[in-house]
Amino acid sequence: MKRWESYFWPLLALGIVLILWRQGVVYSGTKVFPSPFDVQRGLAELIRKGLLWGYIGDSLFRVGVGYALAIVLGIPAGIILGWYPKAATAFNPVIQLMRPISPLAWIPLSIVWFGVSNLAAIFLIFMASFFPVVVATMNGVHNVPPMMRNAGINFGLSPADLFRRVIFPAALPQVLVGLRIALGISWLVVVAAEMIAVDSGLGYLIIDSRNAGKRYDLVVAGMLLIGVIGLCLDLSIRRVELLKSVRWGFRNE
Amino acid sequence: MAQGVTTTPERAIETAKINVRGVNMVFKRDGNEVNVLENISLQARKGEFVCILGPSGCGKSTLLNIAGGFLKATSGSITIDGEVVNGPDPRRIFVFQERGVFPWMTVEGNIGFGLFKLSAEERRKRIAYYVKLVGLQGFEQAYPQELSGGMKQRVEVARALAVNPDVLYLDEPFGALDSITRLIMRSELLRIWEAERKTILFVTHDIEESVQLADRVIVMSARPATIRRIVEIDIPHPRDISSPRYLELRDSIFEEIGLAHKV
Amino acid sequence: MKEFYKKLRMTFPRKLLPFSAIAVLIVLWHISIARSDSSILPGPWAVVLGIAELAQKGLLLKYIVASLFRVTWGYLLAASLGIPFGLLLGWYQRGEKAFNPIIQILRPISPLAWIPIAILWFGVGDSAAIYLIFLASFLPLTVTAMNAVRNIPAVNLNAGRNFGLSEGQVITRILYPAVAPYLIVGLRITLGIAWLVVVAAEMIAVNSGLGFLIIDARNAGNRYDLVVAGMVMIGLLGIVLDIGMRNLEKMKSIRWGYGGN
Repeated sequence: MKRWESYFWPLLALGIVLILWRQGVVYSGTKVFPSPFDVQRGLAELIRKGLLWGYIGDSLFRVGVGYALAIVLGIPAGIILGWYPKAATAFNPVIQLMRPISPLAWIPLSIVWFGVSNLAAIFLIFMASFFPVVVATMNGVHNVPPMMRNAGINFGLSPADLFRRVIFPAALPQVLVGLRIALGISWLVVVAAEMIAVDSGLGYLIIDSRNAGKRYDLVVAGMLLIGVIGLCLDLSIRRVELLKSVRWGFRNE
Repeated sequence: MAQGVTTTPERAIETAKINVRGVNMVFKRDGNEVNVLENISLQARKGEFVCILGPSGCGKSTLLNIAGGFLKATSGSITIDGEVVNGPDPRRIFVFQERGVFPWMTVEGNIGFGLFKLSAEERRKRIAYYVKLVGLQGFEQAYPQELSGGMKQRVEVARALAVNPDVLYLDEPFGALDSITRLIMRSELLRIWEAERKTILFVTHDIEESVQLADRVIVMSARPATIRRIVEIDIPHPRDISSPRYLELRDSIFEEIGLAHKV
Repeated sequence: MKEFYKKLRMTFPRKLLPFSAIAVLIVLWHISIARSDSSILPGPWAVVLGIAELAQKGLLLKYIVASLFRVTWGYLLAASLGIPFGLLLGWYQRGEKAFNPIIQILRPISPLAWIPIAILWFGVGDSAAIYLIFLASFLPLTVTAMNAVRNIPAVNLNAGRNFGLSEGQVITRILYPAVAPYLIVGLRITLGIAWLVVVAAEMIAVNSGLGFLIIDARNAGNRYDLVVAGMVMIGLLGIVLDIGMRNLEKMKSIRWGYGGN
């Protein structure tokens, strides 16, 4: 493939999608659904009113705190479960039972406990990212090749050193995969949580624009923003995976 | 040991560096008992290069893992310098196949892995020395995934030697290498062994390899593994692998294992 | 001390260990509810009674069927469109180049952010929920299929061509078996996401199903026993779905793809 092609094809596809979108709006004669230009104007309006940065900040803040909490508690929990097989047998059923409960199903309880507030949203993000982090860490620690563990023991490492210098670095690539998945889910959940449980943020922007005046241009603008920010989050965590000390654990994707 | 006994085998036992006495190993699998090692006794002198030769899956790795302290024998004991082996010990380092290299560390990091008790200055010197000994100059900052199989194996040997152990256990260390690299690695290992004179227990299923390397070859049977024969290789290094004595010793092992040496 | 542990191990059968943590949690839950003065939150027994009540009224089965119905259709639709699309993109490098940026931007948009648009297009009803499930599963499946094709070792394809297979035969005899393990994993993960989304979608966009049960039980009379009962049912069904997908992974013809465990 030639060099210009790696720009040409994506731009062509994007152009076609935008044209189809616009023509679809024009032909259907819809009054509610926005064309790409309406969305662009909507975005400009949000920026002018100064709402945009506040909403983005609120969403990122909730994700940041909930996700950080999940890491701080989830990684140690996963390590313990991975290290002691008995603990894993005892707790795995609980984890497997809790995991498929949609984090959003916790909304009523989180509102009882925390009221309509940032804390409720943060709690939901925490519930969403905690289990992927725990499970990935547990598997990562559990799957450290016995050979590496033995090599560490052979050199006379204390248990703490063995952990710090062998087990943790060996498990790190798998932990990172869990962190990436958890961040993706957090971003999905924060939007939904903001649609129900709070009154700011990008999710709130979407539901509020619809409810207050059917501003679908703002709905779509909010969606695109969510997409772009989500992509940025994913790309930045992928950069961590490129570090040489963890890259060995990833097949070249 | 009873005093005054002067028969040769007893004396050999007294001066042995590694003394394996009546080791049995029984694994339990799905409720069945599998006999892996049956009454294994052998000795290795200080600075001796001993090869344990046997067919794949015969239990020779199990024996090495018991000697390394990673497994516990069902009965029998292994003593080193008269001290019973009770677990892994940095004085006796186990070299795995190249997969034992830590992929998250550079060559330097790997070789310095066991040197955490030394000062930074001393550690740097020691690493530099062993990088040179195994011929990896210029690759100090490389990560294992950037190295070839033979280079990774050198890293592992250097990592083991750097902590200055008395004994090295090598478990089919060159098994995964191509045949040319394997030949080079053998002469490298001999060069290093002659410089450092460690006691080496070397597990292999390759008859030629054992005759090229070892002072003595312990020939084992298929499972449950017993010692069939111990062959002294009385050829000085460097060995001429087309000399009549070499061929004679090699062929006698081929016969012992029951292989006709015709293709 | 050692003897004591040995005895404990003998009298404490291994098979009970997996249930011990659940039991402890349930007891803790019961105690903390009994100790606190709040009458809002239910204890474990109240939840059991709540499930029984729902079953008696015939709502339980109805809601479960409603949720499963939406997940099944949205998911099947996504699988039947997303997998072929992904395979195509993986097979033709230019197609991947063209569509990947769009896919990457659309992927992180929470399927729930589509709710206003889903309602606009389909109204409040099953179609809106099915559309949301479809959105939630389509892109992950496309990406999985795309990566699966891209990761087929070239030697396998060359070997196939070497034996004189036609282009069609390469697809049925090499491409399909080679991507199957990846697809099954992708299908399992996606089913998990679909299950997550249906609950949320039902909280906003329809008026039946387990998600609706939760939000309705709260809004209409603060029946938190029913809220938790709904959560328990969601968890149990989620496990059943996951176990079902895992059994697919155990089929011999695809098991080679999953390493040791």
